[in-house]
Amino acid sequence: MAVAAEPDFGTPERETDKTVSLEIDGQTVTVPEGTSIMRAASEVGQPIPKLCATDSLEPWGSCRMCLVEIEGVRGTPSSCTTPVREGMKVKTQTARLEKIRRGVMELYISDHPLDCLTCAANGDCELQDTAGEVGLREVRYGFEGETHFGANAEAKDTSNPYFDFDPAKCIVCSRCVRACEEQQGTFALTIQGRGFDSKVSPGLGLDDFFSSECVSCGACVQACPTATLMEKSVHEHGLPTRSVSTTCAYCGVGCSFRAEMQGDQVIRMVPEKSGGANEGHSCVKGRFAWGYATHKDRVTTPMVRDKITDPWREATWDEAIAFAAERFKAIQQTYGRDAIGGVTSSRCTNEEVYVVQKMIRAAFRNNNVDTCARVCHSPTGYGLKTTLGTSAGTQNFKSVEKADVILVIGANPTDGHPVFGSRLKKRLREGARLIVADPRRIDLVKSPHIAAAYHLQLQPGTNVALMNALAHVVVTEGLVDEAYVAERCDTLEFDRWRAFVSEDRNSPEYLSDKIGVEAEDLRAAARLYATGGNAAIYYGLGVTEHSQGSTMVMAMANLAMATGNIGREGVGINPLRGQNNVQGSCDMGSFPHEFPGYRHVSDTAVRSLFEADWGLPLSAEPGMRIPNMLAEAVDGTFKGMFVQGEDIAQSDPNTRHVTAALEAMECVVVQDLFLNETAAYAHVFLPGTSFLEKDGTFTNAERRINRVRPVMPERSGLSEWETVCRLARAMGYDMHYGSAAEIMDEIARLTPTFTGVSFARLDAEGSLQWPVNDAAPDGTPTMHVNQFVRGKGRFMITEFVPTEERTNRSYPLILTTGRILSQYNVGAQTRRTENVRWHESDVLEIHPFDAEERGIGDGDMVSIQSRKGAVSLPAMISDRMPQGVVYTTFHHPVSGTNVITTEFSDWATNCPEYKVTAVQVAISNQPSDWQIEYERLKRTHYRSTIEAAE
Amino acid sequence: MSEDNDLERMAKQIADFFRVYPHDEAVAGVAGHIRDFWTPRMREQLAARVAEGPDGLDPLVIEALGRLQAEAA
Repeated sequence: MAVAAEPDFGTPERETDKTVSLEIDGQTVTVPEGTSIMRAASEVGQPIPKLCATDSLEPWGSCRMCLVEIEGVRGTPSSCTTPVREGMKVKTQTARLEKIRRGVMELYISDHPLDCLTCAANGDCELQDTAGEVGLREVRYGFEGETHFGANAEAKDTSNPYFDFDPAKCIVCSRCVRACEEQQGTFALTIQGRGFDSKVSPGLGLDDFFSSECVSCGACVQACPTATLMEKSVHEHGLPTRSVSTTCAYCGVGCSFRAEMQGDQVIRMVPEKSGGANEGHSCVKGRFAWGYATHKDRVTTPMVRDKITDPWREATWDEAIAFAAERFKAIQQTYGRDAIGGVTSSRCTNEEVYVVQKMIRAAFRNNNVDTCARVCHSPTGYGLKTTLGTSAGTQNFKSVEKADVILVIGANPTDGHPVFGSRLKKRLREGARLIVADPRRIDLVKSPHIAAAYHLQLQPGTNVALMNALAHVVVTEGLVDEAYVAERCDTLEFDRWRAFVSEDRNSPEYLSDKIGVEAEDLRAAARLYATGGNAAIYYGLGVTEHSQGSTMVMAMANLAMATGNIGREGVGINPLRGQNNVQGSCDMGSFPHEFPGYRHVSDTAVRSLFEADWGLPLSAEPGMRIPNMLAEAVDGTFKGMFVQGEDIAQSDPNTRHVTAALEAMECVVVQDLFLNETAAYAHVFLPGTSFLEKDGTFTNAERRINRVRPVMPERSGLSEWETVCRLARAMGYDMHYGSAAEIMDEIARLTPTFTGVSFARLDAEGSLQWPVNDAAPDGTPTMHVNQFVRGKGRFMITEFVPTEERTNRSYPLILTTGRILSQYNVGAQTRRTENVRWHESDVLEIHPFDAEERGIGDGDMVSIQSRKGAVSLPAMISDRMPQGVVYTTFHHPVSGTNVITTEFSDWATNCPEYKVTAVQVAISNQPSDWQIEYERLKRTHYRSTIEAAE
Repeated sequence: MSEDNDLERMAKQIADFFRVYPHDEAVAGVAGHIRDFWTPRMREQLAARVAEGPDGLDPLVIEALGRLQAEAA
């Protein structure tokens, strides 16, 4: 028997305070105005048969199965498209309705193959269920549909790696087409033909699913009531028999999924409608790309080696942990207490991160702990804390439904955060205006039924100038929300900022050439943001990964405060976090200057709290950030590192510098699923656990704490937090927990924003958005509602300081980096799935004019040379790039994208300036020296290689 | 040491942010940032560089370092 799905009320819930009372089959029902009869009936336990309706989609009214009788109304209207009215009396079941429904079902079944027992949807088929509900007993028109079996059968489309399309089973309910439009917003599907010839078609006539515009989000598969669109895994294995609710481990949207299982084997991941972040939607990664968790490359046995050129040797847990502890202790004896440190992972749970930072502070006895947020959103923490008082975004995702103007800066939500991207596109289709600030013409600028009002195609590195220019317009054209500022902000700081941005040197006219955008467009965009209603800013790493990343975050906060756009739904400043638990890893005290809850280590009262709980004195001095650790390793003073689930040898800038630092260390411990690039320089490998094996919590970009539940045992036999506890104990600090829940209890005990959080509460309520404490017992969907967390909002002066990385005759182009939909960061997970079919290698996107000048054709191998190094990649000529700017991704290690990025970084946080590297591009017929060396090192450093995806 | 130039550059970047503020606030801002985010060793290395002479160093950084040293004394 299939697992129970979430209830389907047929049509979406309506959100309004007005209610309507009516009578359904004699029962009085009160529901929000605008609710359909179908939903109202379902809510009182009188579900009406349906085929084309499902509550994730607007009603369509085509299947004629959900007809009802309404007192005083002629005919039999469809209940899905008929809204309730006050006093209405509805009958859902009468002899007439029964006859009509049975007749309609007869017609459906006359054109549907009756291979139910061998059908993949057997037991999970709405057509089958509905036929049963309406009492179908005969089909007078025969069962011989023209296109079902034999020579006339329409061929299945099996081109998509994750699901099949069987047109013979289609009942043309259009749920898939509507899901693609309404939920996903891609408009890849259509109904082609008329009458019996009607069929679902992906894109143009010759397209199959794989070659079409389909982005494999799975919405169509989810919506399909039959086996027409069905996961390949269900075809192969059958329907799941149990399910576990958990949270996706890809991007910072943090989608809730039901892992549907047979035994300990995942059959499919189904997005949960009850998930606060995704409300039933998904993307190709979360929905389908989970196969890496059981990939043959997983290393599940601890390993050690004396030197990084030695082969790995398998070890017991005790041996490996003792090996690591003895080396770390020896290093500290020789080089001092500060000669070791560690890095936490934004892919791990809050509980796993918490114990690593605790191990470093309490067992290593220093504050040399940092996190991979260093290289992505550390400026967000600094900038938002400085201006608003807390290191987090201000809204929940749902807030976008109330935005009137949406400013997307340095983010590509349809690729990087696709489920939120779909939500955003839905709001845009409803009429919200869009401003995109991005050097590239990202898909959002123009896609089906969406066109940005303004695309500010700025030069990389001029974000702050752009913000200052927008602010100049707001201030000098009288668009400041004076009452808001007077009531909620520090007026001295505001007056200084107002004077600063009013200066002519911050005007659009003055800055236009630097920014590369017409002054008129800057003015128009500023006016739209300030006067268009609720204005919301969404941003990504195009904001933070600059030498002025923190300044830019503060500049955005300035603009939002000046226009009164913080503190209610529909507005705010919203960082789109790259990894699933970036927010959480920062919350958990992963930064070297802060304890959990963003409290400085020098704060005696806070430190005393932790000292009392942990039972030992703690350092009051900030520890090293990742770049400091690497620099000191090269200098010979930093000798040991614990790396939790991060691949700094691939993801961090200036790869040669990173690997030189790793090579210089005497003990590198990697805790990971795979032998990644960093593991090539490691002495100890401690097997990690995939998200399917973890018990804990992730915190997404909306501060939403979601439960991660194990659906299978740890393949290594040990949880990551227990491994860390054992290492801490071997280092001499007694760290014990009975469960992950106990770790969360400690977090709640020591962190004021988490006071009300516990596993029991999360299990009961689904999720909670911090702060959750006495002041906000049910959590905080919107921050800064009545006042800013810091009290008065603080305007910061944001002088534009150009980056030191400059183009010149030798390096005339600017390289900027990013990621694409099908792949995820360093690709360790997605490269081990069928997602590689969409992106087999990184490519260099280059404008046609830049390509022509260099004699480069589409697909040619080109060398990209920066001041730091060179790599070779295939070129992709693309007019979505502006002239003078080239773009690539870093999903494949052999690309060596970070060989060419520089050591320049954000002034406040050292977040690397990935988005601006001066380069030259030229035709090449060979790999770069680094790439040749990389291949050679596979042999000497025992790197793992990835073969075909499984 | 290989870090020296990095530290000088990092300090100058910090100074570039605070320079636009009134002088006293700017000095306090640079000093506060270095105190809050730099390790003692980094601060010592920068102080040693300042002790070698002001050439090539940002005056705001020198003043901020002086303030930090005075606080520590």
